[in-house]
Amino acid sequence: MLLNQFLLLAAILFSVGVYGVIVRKNGVLVLMSVELILNAVNINLIAFSTYWGLGGQVFALFVIAVAAAEVGVGLAIVLLIYRNRRSVDIDQLDELKG
Amino acid sequence: MWFFTHVWILPAVMAGSFLLILLFGKRLPFKGAEVGITAVSICLLFALATAFNWATWGADSPKVSESAPAEEIESVEVAALAEVPSECSNVVAGLRGGEGGSQAEASPPAGGGASTGEGAAPDTAGTQGAGPGTGETATGAVPAAVAAGGGGEETVTRPVVRCTTWIESSTALITWGTQIDGLSVMMIVIVTIISLLVHVFSTDYVNGDRRYTHYFAFLSLFTGSMLFFVLSQSTLQMIVGWELVGVCSFALIGHWWEEKPNSDAALKAFLTNRVGDVGLLVGMIILFFAAGQSFSIMDVNILAQQGEIRHVVLLAASICLITAVMSKSGQFILHTWLPDAMAGPTPVSALIHAATMVVAGIFMVARLYPVFFEGLSIAGSSVNLLAVVGAVTALFGAMLAFVQKDIKKVLAYSTVSQLGFMVTSLGVGAWTAAMFHLFTHAFFKACLFLGAGSLSHACHHSFNMVDDMGGLRKIMPKTFWTYLIATAALAGIFPLSGFWSKDEILAGTGSFPGTSGANGEYHVMLVMLLLAAFCTAAYMTRTIWYAFFGEYRGHGHPHESGPRITVPLILLATLGAIVGFLNLPAAFDFLPAGTLTRFEKYVEPIGLYFPSITHASFNPVLAVLSVAIGLSGIVVAYLYYWKGAFKGLHGLSERNALAGWGKNVLVNKYYFDWLYTTVIVGFVKGPLARASDWFNQNVLDGIVNGVGRGAVKVGDFVYDDIDQRVVDGAVNGVGAAASGSGGVLRHLQTGRIQQYTALFFAAAAVLAGVFILIVG
Amino acid sequence: MSGLVLATETTFDVPGNVAFAVLAVLMVVAAIRVVTTRNIVHAALWLVVVLGGNAVVYLILQAEFLALTQLLVYIGAIIVLFLFGIMLTRAPLGKSDDLDNNQRWIGAVVGVLLLVVIGFSLTRSWGTDRLDFAAYDLPQVSGVTGTSVQIGGSGNGRTQALANEIFADYLIPFEVVSVLLTGALIGAIVLARRD
Repeated sequence: MLLNQFLLLAAILFSVGVYGVIVRKNGVLVLMSVELILNAVNINLIAFSTYWGLGGQVFALFVIAVAAAEVGVGLAIVLLIYRNRRSVDIDQLDELKG
Repeated sequence: MWFFTHVWILPAVMAGSFLLILLFGKRLPFKGAEVGITAVSICLLFALATAFNWATWGADSPKVSESAPAEEIESVEVAALAEVPSECSNVVAGLRGGEGGSQAEASPPAGGGASTGEGAAPDTAGTQGAGPGTGETATGAVPAAVAAGGGGEETVTRPVVRCTTWIESSTALITWGTQIDGLSVMMIVIVTIISLLVHVFSTDYVNGDRRYTHYFAFLSLFTGSMLFFVLSQSTLQMIVGWELVGVCSFALIGHWWEEKPNSDAALKAFLTNRVGDVGLLVGMIILFFAAGQSFSIMDVNILAQQGEIRHVVLLAASICLITAVMSKSGQFILHTWLPDAMAGPTPVSALIHAATMVVAGIFMVARLYPVFFEGLSIAGSSVNLLAVVGAVTALFGAMLAFVQKDIKKVLAYSTVSQLGFMVTSLGVGAWTAAMFHLFTHAFFKACLFLGAGSLSHACHHSFNMVDDMGGLRKIMPKTFWTYLIATAALAGIFPLSGFWSKDEILAGTGSFPGTSGANGEYHVMLVMLLLAAFCTAAYMTRTIWYAFFGEYRGHGHPHESGPRITVPLILLATLGAIVGFLNLPAAFDFLPAGTLTRFEKYVEPIGLYFPSITHASFNPVLAVLSVAIGLSGIVVAYLYYWKGAFKGLHGLSERNALAGWGKNVLVNKYYFDWLYTTVIVGFVKGPLARASDWFNQNVLDGIVNGVGRGAVKVGDFVYDDIDQRVVDGAVNGVGAAASGSGGVLRHLQTGRIQQYTALFFAAAAVLAGVFILIVG
Repeated sequence: MSGLVLATETTFDVPGNVAFAVLAVLMVVAAIRVVTTRNIVHAALWLVVVLGGNAVVYLILQAEFLALTQLLVYIGAIIVLFLFGIMLTRAPLGKSDDLDNNQRWIGAVVGVLLLVVIGFSLTRSWGTDRLDFAAYDLPQVSGVTGTSVQIGGSGNGRTQALANEIFADYLIPFEVVSVLLTGALIGAIVLARRD
């Protein structure tokens, strides 16, 4: 098996995740797309760890832990937005508008 | 020995007391105060027992002749570290294990031994001027440099270290434990004595307070944290203790947090300390890597001492650590929190200023002294950062004390100034003098603070000595006399304790003609310290005038405080008067040898983990001069306040613009708070934010606009646009300017995060593509 | 590309590659469904398929411990968290046309652009490199006890080696991650509690 087939799979998942982050309106769905991106990165890390030792796997573990933290805080934020606005549409959060 | 190895009991007892008071305090008959007092009493007894043990332990320490060959000195010094287990210090283990193997590597300590000789040589030149033959000067130097303990013999200290594993990994073994030597023994004694008296004082002072139990719980934790800190075996443990002390002081300064200024003061103390904590963290990390990935203080010290760590690294570490000292010990320019910290209950101020919080910085420098000694090249120099910071603080803090109305703020600036003395002393190499001043200062400063507390207790909890006090001498004789003694001690009047320690510091600068044996020649420091000593005497006399003489200006009928307040005062004043005799100069050889330089003998470490510093000899002229300066400060203030002398000076600040300006500068504390809040914060909040916004709105938008509108209109349009927008920006703010800008960029500034995301990823992809095509 | 095809032809591991191809197609389809489906609960369920597929990929890459962690953390915890999030925000449980914004084309273009750039650079730099697991079989000196652990053998050797790695070389990052998790925990509570 080739290294590249894993890397390409990861690239596809990553791009799909990016698409989701850009396109999805619902906050929860955006977080799901972020998970896709993180998982794609994990595949990369582990695939490369077959070359350079277990450090990649350790980092994949860290990514999983960080992802868990991210989802926790992210969902709390989404929940807070929902409470304040009765909607989780990211479209409507345009306070950054210039 | 049992006491040395079980000294961990001290912080444990205090932590236990904290938990007990917190959990059950409210249900106990005395609301938890009895638990705290019992715990501190146990600790005090333990600490005293440890101190006595330390004295006997030191008696049969190995002795080595200074003129012995370097190998012999080193072997004795290594043998003295027998009570440092190998797991607590890699370096000691290495020294002990590979005695033969490390001999070649261990030649630096020989250099360290030789540096004693080097340090002593210029001294002799100083003592005897153009002295006779060189052979004689070499021998003459030894008694001057070494204490009266024995001609040319030095007693090697035998520190006792115990540790246990905290975190273990392949690259680093992180331990925590206790390190007992003279320094930590002295600190635990001070901390427990002051803490006990503060506890007793508090039972009356905060009686009936709404958070009485909570208060005692935190006193316990505060004491415990400080004990934990001073007993530290590893630098990481020091950081933990340091932060614990900070947290406790935050909680206690903000004890009456319902009033905004109090909680603000607590926050200010905490945040200012955070600034320094960054320095501490960075410094400790540098030391960790410099010492071969070891947190052990012993490792750091020995390696720094032996010159195994490069000078640049030590310099960087010591500069970082000095930042930490600046914030914790209230040195310029981070001293601003300390006077505000007076918002806490007075006994807490006494504890903070005498024994815990602020001396933590001093202790840290003292504990890691080789780092500073080598890093700043203290020996043989005439200026370094530590000494400058300390001297500036000593002088400027003392001047600030003149314009304060609040008696506690006078004392606070006095502490700032006295801490400056200690830092200077450490900076000029007079380690023992600094520690001795810390020791004596703890007693008389605690006495002064508690005295101020007693005054305010009588005067309806006001600290304003100018408006609410006066004439209390007759009404509160005990407070008056103790306050007077402590003031005289602080002013350095012979034979009170402050005289001895201050004189040692002044001699330690090595600048005064005829003083021999100092580590360098710090002329500027000596002048600044003498000026500061003059100011100290004067402003303390001023507080006595306002508080105890004249007419009573407050309301109600003041009364002498109860025994729970006066007894601690009397004890502290007594101690503040007499502890100076613990370190009589070696020059007093008409007294029995057993009474001279006791403090130095027991507290100052001698061995591999401490630089071989020399001690300035006692100089009668300087001593007389320092007393004269102190007395003249008192006399000037006496004439000014009591006799109304210097008529021209009274109200000068109202009449003379320059004097008024000077007073304004002092009242506004050299505008440091203004600098921090208005200039720095304001700059980040205001101009900097506005400038970047302006750049964003006007420059970037303007560029795009100009392109979008075409070249024809560019000339006048841009002119009008920018002109209007500058005016608009001032009047309408940036929002209006943005909505007026329009143009191409507007489509990008939608405020929709996902569009930004899309742009971000697209740009990243394009840039990565370009990168791959060009580079890859 | 022809070189890639050629190299794969000579030593074509048929069952392995077929399995991987099926898995990859399944994952890609599931991922695309996650970002396109109109039913928010379905999106979560498709996400389960992707995450599970990821676990299998880890297994193929001989990272057993990671695969198990993936199952436990993602499918066991994070998906449940997502479902809670969906419920708590009263998302429409059925079909809904209002899940996407009007930037589909921008998103598609950016996604394809990214894929092209990444894919191009990957094929250029890693071409036909084989996955040989050589690094797994290197004897590694494990720190704590000073003994070397031969990994890649049978049993739980590799997981043991991973543990050694974490608690030796990566101890500090590990502690930092635990602090991060604590921080996230506190942050999430502070954000989400009603007061």
